[in-house]
Amino acid sequence: MAKFITLRFLQGILVLLGIYAVTFFLVAATPGSPFSSERAIQPEILAQIEAFYGYDKPTSERFIVSLGNILHGDFGPSAVYANRSVTDIIAESFPVSLKLGSISLAIALLLGIPAGILAAVKKNTWLDYVPMSTAMAGICLPTFVMGPLLALVFGLIFAVLPVAGWFGPEFVVLPSATLGLYYAAYFARLTRGGMLEMLNQDWVRTARAKGVPERTIVWKHCLKGGLIPAITFLGPALAGIISGSFVVETIFQVPGLGQWFVKGALNRDDFLILGLTVLFASLIVLMNLLVDIAQVALNPRLKYD
Amino acid sequence: MKLLRNVILAACMGLGLASCGDRERATDVAAREGVLMMGNGSEPKGLDPHLVTGVPENKIISALLEGLISYHPTDDLKPEPGMAESWESNDDYTVWTFKLRDAKWSNGDPVRAGDFAYSWERMLTPALGAEYAPMLYVIKGAQAFHNSETDDFSTVGVKVIDDKTLEVTLEGPTPYFLNMLKHYSFFPVNPRVVEEFGGMADRSSRWSTFENYVGNGPFVLKEWVTNQVIRVEPNPTYWDAGTVKLKGIEFYPVENAATEETMFRGGRLHMTNTVQPDKIPIFKEKMANELKIEPYLGTYFYRVNVTRPPFDNPKVREALAVSFDKQLLVEKVTKGGQAPATGYVPAGIPGYATSDKVQYDPERGRQLLAEAGYPDGKGFPNAEILINTSEAHRKIAEAMQAMWKQNLGINVGIYNQEWKVYLDSQSNLDYDISRSAWIGDYVHPSTFIDMFTTGNGNNDTGWASPQYDRLVAQAQVASSEDERLGLLRDAENLLLTELPIVPVYWYTRVYLKDPRIQGWNPKLLDNHPYKYVSINAE
Repeated sequence: MAKFITLRFLQGILVLLGIYAVTFFLVAATPGSPFSSERAIQPEILAQIEAFYGYDKPTSERFIVSLGNILHGDFGPSAVYANRSVTDIIAESFPVSLKLGSISLAIALLLGIPAGILAAVKKNTWLDYVPMSTAMAGICLPTFVMGPLLALVFGLIFAVLPVAGWFGPEFVVLPSATLGLYYAAYFARLTRGGMLEMLNQDWVRTARAKGVPERTIVWKHCLKGGLIPAITFLGPALAGIISGSFVVETIFQVPGLGQWFVKGALNRDDFLILGLTVLFASLIVLMNLLVDIAQVALNPRLKYD
Repeated sequence: MKLLRNVILAACMGLGLASCGDRERATDVAAREGVLMMGNGSEPKGLDPHLVTGVPENKIISALLEGLISYHPTDDLKPEPGMAESWESNDDYTVWTFKLRDAKWSNGDPVRAGDFAYSWERMLTPALGAEYAPMLYVIKGAQAFHNSETDDFSTVGVKVIDDKTLEVTLEGPTPYFLNMLKHYSFFPVNPRVVEEFGGMADRSSRWSTFENYVGNGPFVLKEWVTNQVIRVEPNPTYWDAGTVKLKGIEFYPVENAATEETMFRGGRLHMTNTVQPDKIPIFKEKMANELKIEPYLGTYFYRVNVTRPPFDNPKVREALAVSFDKQLLVEKVTKGGQAPATGYVPAGIPGYATSDKVQYDPERGRQLLAEAGYPDGKGFPNAEILINTSEAHRKIAEAMQAMWKQNLGINVGIYNQEWKVYLDSQSNLDYDISRSAWIGDYVHPSTFIDMFTTGNGNNDTGWASPQYDRLVAQAQVASSEDERLGLLRDAENLLLTELPIVPVYWYTRVYLKDPRIQGWNPKLLDNHPYKYVSINAE
């Protein structure tokens, strides 16, 4: 297992390097500049600004310098937000996204997985139809509809929760519910599918014929395997939730990472784009590694190799 | 409804949410405490007056810093004494002497005339790369210093007579210099503090972070949580602290207009930065007390690339300019009380009436197009309108497209580019027709007219007219204000004859405002000196 992890870890580093290089050159090739503004900047001033951020050097040289800096953990300054470094920005917004993400994920798992199991066990009864139709609606209802809807109902009509901002525990409820419900719907459908596949296996029929109680069949024999699709989805979902959902953050004015992704791209803030890309890619690589380990643990037919 | 509400309340209580229930809205609490909560557009890029260029930044900086002259609470032209207690100029408005009052920085340092000299030197230091440095070119020798022709700041017309007296010599007679001084590019910074954090030319200096910020304005920076809120509190060392009524201002960087509206209605904002145009008719009906529509010194127009055929033909450009119904556009599309722009320089500048030269006249448009060789639009090449990605700009472009099709028989496409790419395309003249806008920096026609001189970085149309350049140059050295305005009027007429731009509408500021706010008056540049603003508890 140690060998498996080491190997995957090295692979991960290679993937990250690749992603970094591709992003760097794509960003460098994109038209537009972080320094352009509606009011024209005189060429002399622009040259001064560009020199300050190292843009006067050729792209290849900039790549090597920036790669060296990143390996030392220095993501550079933001090219747009004066006197803030990319590390400052991440340090400020990542904890917010982590908090929102973990609560949302908890909601997603606590609602989605039991609903999925229940629906699979009580297949073709109202206990299946109701949660599954709700889940389908949840998947179809994007967060930019769900968010304002929740804000309208709980924030404006009943006025029990704050509509936007991030100042205390009550501010977490609506954004994490919006994000959590959306992922809960996915988890419910995936869990139901996985469980059904398990419950239809021949060995389950055998077990039933031998008189094994239904509870033991579901909880002891099928649950592990039935969760595999959900666990597979957990990797990207986790990375996506934690690195922030731009839409939810915008609707509820949450100062997380997601807003910075979009601001970075729109402002052409190269250093910020690169820093966030590295962060997001590392998260995905890490989560996928964890998911792989979990999958083997759950599924005896897979081996670490 | 009531039952449901109680159920939800009970559920909230169950979840241990202490703040649930019939609590006071955040805006009510703030109003009682005298704190103003306002939406402020996007997250400020910084709060260093010499490095920023945006409106959200300006709104915060004007609470923290004060220039020689301040904005008057009601009158757009009247100079309000700021750091300068009194001032005088020589007869031809080329030499100005300012007497500074006894004022202090928020760290207790006295504000001296030398602080202004240092600040302007910093602004003009090439290595700082201040984007607004050209604002200071009005000062004698400033341009040469900024272009590195000399590194001796004593060649620039800024002279410190003593700690309380500053003498400024200008390039030419500039009676409106006092209006320019209100702009934040002329604001002072505390030299001791700037030097402590890396010196004059350090772009990434940390003197302007909230831990280190030292200002001389009515408020001091208390808290800055990125993408969340910036809080300011009254500055006890401010020279006019007795006038300051508010106990604090909270600036919320809310970019999304829908979120901002929800926050306003949900009791988290006293004032929005903007509103969604589609909602304006509803607000007019249901929130008439809150909805504010006020004139704003800005023009929305289309740039026409005169280097590309068929737009190199002035007849084609004029045909475009007269063949869409501006009135219909502002009534049905923009809906925010904008005025159809029959000229370029917007209304409201005292002594300078708007032009009515560009009127809707589709008949004339068809005739001009025929004279240009495209009767009924036949043979007119494919052209496209460039917009930066935005639903509002698209709607306007679609309306123009439809009206040009109907009135002239020409087919014009629309394509959008992301903001930064769009800026590139525009300055590289890589477009046919491009959506544009200009907001004045100070209340004078020159802030609009100067930019279309040949080769000006903001011209972006390829248009070059020696006659126009001459008029603008003459205006800059005109001996009287009447003569200057006359020359600028001639220049505008020329611009509206040649039409490298198609004027569309004159801006309004549309926002929602809590009626409890007092002392917030309509202002052409949307600058509201916060020391006169207050908020009632009821």
